[in-house]
Amino acid sequence: MEQKWVVFQLEQNAYGIDVQSVRSIERVIPITRIPNAAAYVKGVINLRGVVTPVIDLRTRLGFEEIEGTEETRIIIATLEHGDAGFIVDRANEVVEAMDVRIEPLTDQKQEETTYLTAIAKGEDQLFSLLEPNRLFEGIVHA
Amino acid sequence: MDLNEYLGLFLDESIEHLQAINSSLLIFEQRLDDEAVIDQIFRSAHTLKGMAGTMGYDAIADLTHEMESALDLVRSKTQPATPELIDVLFIAAEQLETMVEDISQGGKGKLDVADTVVRLKRFIQADDTDVQTETETKDVPTQRNFECDVYSESVVKQSIASGYHAYVITVELSADVILKAARVYMVFDRLQSLGDVILSNPTSDELEQEQFETSFDVLFVTMKSEQEVSEGIRSVSEVANVSIQPFETTIEAEVATSTLEETPVETKQPATAANETTDANVPVAAKTIRVNLERIDRLMNLFEEFIIDRGRLERIAAEVGSSELTETVERIKRGTNELQSLVLTLRMMPIEQVFNRFPRMVRSVSKDVGKNIKLHITGAETELDRTVIDEIGDPLVHLIRNAVDHGIESKADRILAGKPVEGNLSLRAYHSGNRVFIEIEDDGAGINHERVTRIAIEKELLTEEEAAVLTPEEASMLLFAPGFSTAETVTDLSGRGVGLDVVKSKIESLGGEVFVETRRGEGTIFRISLPLTLSIISAMLVELGQETYAIPLTAIIETTSLRQDAILQAHREKVFDFRGQLVPLISLNEVYGLPQIESEAYSVVVVRSGEKLAGLIVSELIGQQEIVMKPLGSYLEGIRAISGATILGDGQVALIIDSNALLRK
Repeated sequence: MEQKWVVFQLEQNAYGIDVQSVRSIERVIPITRIPNAAAYVKGVINLRGVVTPVIDLRTRLGFEEIEGTEETRIIIATLEHGDAGFIVDRANEVVEAMDVRIEPLTDQKQEETTYLTAIAKGEDQLFSLLEPNRLFEGIVHA
Repeated sequence: MDLNEYLGLFLDESIEHLQAINSSLLIFEQRLDDEAVIDQIFRSAHTLKGMAGTMGYDAIADLTHEMESALDLVRSKTQPATPELIDVLFIAAEQLETMVEDISQGGKGKLDVADTVVRLKRFIQADDTDVQTETETKDVPTQRNFECDVYSESVVKQSIASGYHAYVITVELSADVILKAARVYMVFDRLQSLGDVILSNPTSDELEQEQFETSFDVLFVTMKSEQEVSEGIRSVSEVANVSIQPFETTIEAEVATSTLEETPVETKQPATAANETTDANVPVAAKTIRVNLERIDRLMNLFEEFIIDRGRLERIAAEVGSSELTETVERIKRGTNELQSLVLTLRMMPIEQVFNRFPRMVRSVSKDVGKNIKLHITGAETELDRTVIDEIGDPLVHLIRNAVDHGIESKADRILAGKPVEGNLSLRAYHSGNRVFIEIEDDGAGINHERVTRIAIEKELLTEEEAAVLTPEEASMLLFAPGFSTAETVTDLSGRGVGLDVVKSKIESLGGEVFVETRRGEGTIFRISLPLTLSIISAMLVELGQETYAIPLTAIIETTSLRQDAILQAHREKVFDFRGQLVPLISLNEVYGLPQIESEAYSVVVVRSGEKLAGLIVSELIGQQEIVMKPLGSYLEGIRAISGATILGDGQVALIIDSNALLRK
């Protein structure tokens, strides 16, 4: 089966996650803060009646935290232990595998290699492939 | 006698009778000559009148009285039923419902029913026996038969079974009496010292307002003899005459004997004894009993604690490793699992009582918008949690109005589309898995996705780009977006500013979901999926800074206010004096990482875990509420001092405070 990625942006960096694991893309909705959780845990949202955790991907990946904008989106992913969301600056498009070439990681920062699996290169684009499950490991214990 | 004891029963029975009236009226409208149906409405109106009279709800009594008089003319074939009469009866039923609703909310059940009464009177007076209503209550002063409702009846029955006498007493005051109300008061005062007044005719309110000539009747139970009672009343001055007759109920003898067999003779006051019989008597036919919801909730709460202890027991058994212990714990586990599902079903009720109001609603709404709509109801017997039953009514009203208003096309459009003029609306409820589904299906034009999307863009609910990639399902769901309303002409019905978004958040707060299925030209289905049982707990909502938290009521001893100078230091810990005991004070702001606040006085929630107490400082107490517990999910399991979450009425998530964890440290 042909692979597809949902591509989104943090500052000037583009990332992609497997379209299979994306449940929905939400506009920013009110988030209830979860006390005593890791700094990048934004809190929980009411996703159609289900209480769903949301993390700030910027803080998670070591970017500076910013205020949300019109383009801010929450990507809800279906993961090993249930649905969870992460906040991105902008959700761009869905890219098909035939449009890109997959290359192994080069000299990524040590910290990021836990979440990143590969680099996808197309004619006029370049994005890192993200493994969402790893983003949510151990989010309780700050 | 304290009528409050009977209020619950009055409400339940009134609702039943109103439902009977409503459904009968719908049949009556179709078959004007159906005597059985007329009889049914007549009887229900009659019973309502009796009950309302006893309880002192005069507006209900007045209205039902006129309904009864009008129906009596139809029943006796003195006058034929007219469409005008049916309309008035529908209005009357609606007003009765409003009043009963008001009473259930703690109101006085007062409503201006003068218009309806006048319209009914006009129908009655079209007949030549017009004076009948005026004279009816006055014509036989000596033996007025009390219209005995279920309460009075059961009080009397029980009293007789316990060796009391029941009398109908007619008291006649002197023709020249000056202070009628005062004399009545004195007579009643005397009667109360001799026994209990069950009913009076006219009602005590009317008597107080001197709305009677010179005589009135009371239904009275007492241990005393006729002689003693008679003498007692005669000792009040300006009493001209007293006549006492034994009260005869139709089923008195039979009940008296059967009650004697079953219950040992009660020596209590008749009022309390009667309360027990009404509880036991009324529901026999359906083989159900009415149980106060609070008791069931208490049972559930106790059971929840039991489940927690069971968990501990399982852990201990695993540690000890004794096969006998493990086996016993295993059996307890199976037993409690069964018990749990049983306890949960105790709160279940058929959705019928919600559905019952819709036939009339659809009738009147479709009449208002000039459409011809037939409502089909299936699965009214489907059971749901009582809390859901209480809450689901409004969202359904909204969706049904929406379907009548926007879903089904106008008559002209239906003809153009080659459809039958009469539109169909189906309301279905059914169980599937561990969820309950409620569907509202219309055979209207379906949702126009292009139009919905265009409006959403106009209202800036989404961008052109987003709209371009919208799936049909997503486009349908735009109807539920806040601030969305497709009505081109704002009607009185659906276009009232509150949109379907309210419906959606209400359903979600009940742990449910709503879906839309639509086919152009063929119709639309709104499908609501609800959990079969809910983990519902009572909780106190509190505010910490800007955030809302819930504290389970089971953990709370009381809420109090504490002045700064009442806070003491002990071992570098803050404590305060609670009923002579030093109790630690916990700042929830500190626990949950919020800025500390210094203030003159604090709101404190005193909680308990086992033997331990603690005071929790909160910014503000919001109030008590039933909440649905939801898990935080595995990713957030183990967050300190948070046991779960709930979705509030406004769709926001509030966290549930785990006071046990707070006290454990």
